[in-house]
Amino acid sequence: MALSPPSLHSPQPPPEEAARTGGGSSAALEKASTAMVKLAVGVAVAFFLLPLLGLLLRTPWGELSTELASPPVRSALWLSLVCSLAATGISVVFGVPLAWALARWTFPGRSLVRALTTLPMIVPPVVGGVALLLAFGRRGFAGRWLDQAFGVTLPFTMAGAILAETFVAMPFLVITVEAGLRSMNRRFEDAAATLGARPWVTFRRVTLPLIAPSLWAGAALAWARALGEFGATITFAGNLPGRTQTIPLAVYLALETRLEAAITLSVVLLAVSLTILVLLRERFMPNL
Amino acid sequence: MNKQNISAALLALSLLAVGCATTGDPADDRSSAHPENELSGSATVFAAASLTEPFNEIAELFRAGNPSADISFNFGASSGLATQIIEQGGADLFASADQVNMKKVADEDLLQQAPRVFIRNRLEIVVAPGNPEGITGLSDLARTDVKVVLAAAQVPVGRYSREALAKAEVTVRPVSEAVDVKGVVGPVTLGEADAGIVYASDVKAAGDRAAGVPIPDNQNVLAEYPMGVIKSASNPQVARAFMDLVLSPQGREVLTDHGFIAP
Repeated sequence: MALSPPSLHSPQPPPEEAARTGGGSSAALEKASTAMVKLAVGVAVAFFLLPLLGLLLRTPWGELSTELASPPVRSALWLSLVCSLAATGISVVFGVPLAWALARWTFPGRSLVRALTTLPMIVPPVVGGVALLLAFGRRGFAGRWLDQAFGVTLPFTMAGAILAETFVAMPFLVITVEAGLRSMNRRFEDAAATLGARPWVTFRRVTLPLIAPSLWAGAALAWARALGEFGATITFAGNLPGRTQTIPLAVYLALETRLEAAITLSVVLLAVSLTILVLLRERFMPNL
Repeated sequence: MNKQNISAALLALSLLAVGCATTGDPADDRSSAHPENELSGSATVFAAASLTEPFNEIAELFRAGNPSADISFNFGASSGLATQIIEQGGADLFASADQVNMKKVADEDLLQQAPRVFIRNRLEIVVAPGNPEGITGLSDLARTDVKVVLAAAQVPVGRYSREALAKAEVTVRPVSEAVDVKGVVGPVTLGEADAGIVYASDVKAAGDRAAGVPIPDNQNVLAEYPMGVIKSASNPQVARAFMDLVLSPQGREVLTDHGFIAP
């Protein structure tokens, strides 16, 4: 909106009148502020565009298909997709009820729970990984119990990688869905209830369609965060090709020796995630 | 999508951006050469992760002797440091844990002079304190009940580890491949892994949080650490003075105290 020229706004005083009432300076002010906004927009766009350009200009395009065909890259890509999608699925299953509770229930300590939910967004992922180890690791209190009761050990496993990604990704889903639940018009829910719909039917037939954009946006954010996850994954799940080495980890190690390989891997990840996001968006969020 | 949704999404995105940390940038507070003989300003030393403890100690000595000069460090796997120096610069001095990565920098014609080997290191098996798994040598690392972490083959200590395992004719299936030597020590001290192959100096650095099992000479690999001043160094005087201190008997003593071997 700020970009549209001021003259398009409807009730503008004619020039003479504006000059008489001192509106001339306010028009100049508006013009100057529009220019400032445009400048800020330009800087912001350049800020995102330049690193991408840097990446694309150094990409050895000829090697892209060879790189994609190599087994280590394919297994890393496959692991990245499986782990990030699993993390997104778990985030939806547990995150939507949590968002519901935060948006609709009143209970003591609600703001504390909300702060707890956003903790993984603030804590450095590596520290998050250490925290996961201290809880779910072989010597962690929960990890020891899991091991003794079920024979399950999470560190250095694919399940561990999914757990680490879920830990950092779920907050994005929760806060987006909670915002959707808070801002939706609840009269439709009330109407459904008045007409005798059970709570679950109301949720499924009325609430869910209304918050669908938030849900998809939250899921996409959570998925993107999980896909790029590095710190918590390497700390908690380690780095083993074929088991826990996702693309970001492979990129980090490739940086040790061959920059070109790292760039190629990044571009592959970028292409895959963009394709999925575009497909999803056309299918489910045409208005977004 | 309404306004609140958008603002939530924007907040999420900005937090996402914060999550993508970069590697430490060298300090910008270096001043140009002082007119007098006294050293001033700061030099940035890119050093192998295994040098963390002794170099920090030598830097303390350096600061005590040169109150108006300072040293800042960028510790990491030598391979990654070499890539950073070639791609980004920012280093005054480079201390590598192997000749391969020093050569990469030298081949780009980025060194002022030929590098000098200042210390050596040998490999050791790192285990939990008290060695609960009863590991006696490299062959025990092949046991299925022992969780082993190795450094990735891309970093010097990972390459040395594989050389040692090949000499001992042992095949190990690690649970994880760490990105640098400290990443091998970490899981062992946390109890998540049972053993790993690291430098003897790293076992010493871990103190009582870990124990070492020696590897016999015929299976061991001797790592040579070269260092050299970078051509584009912004403060070559300070960098050279620090290098001289590392090479001096005083500096060498700090290194040998930390488990390194004099060249």
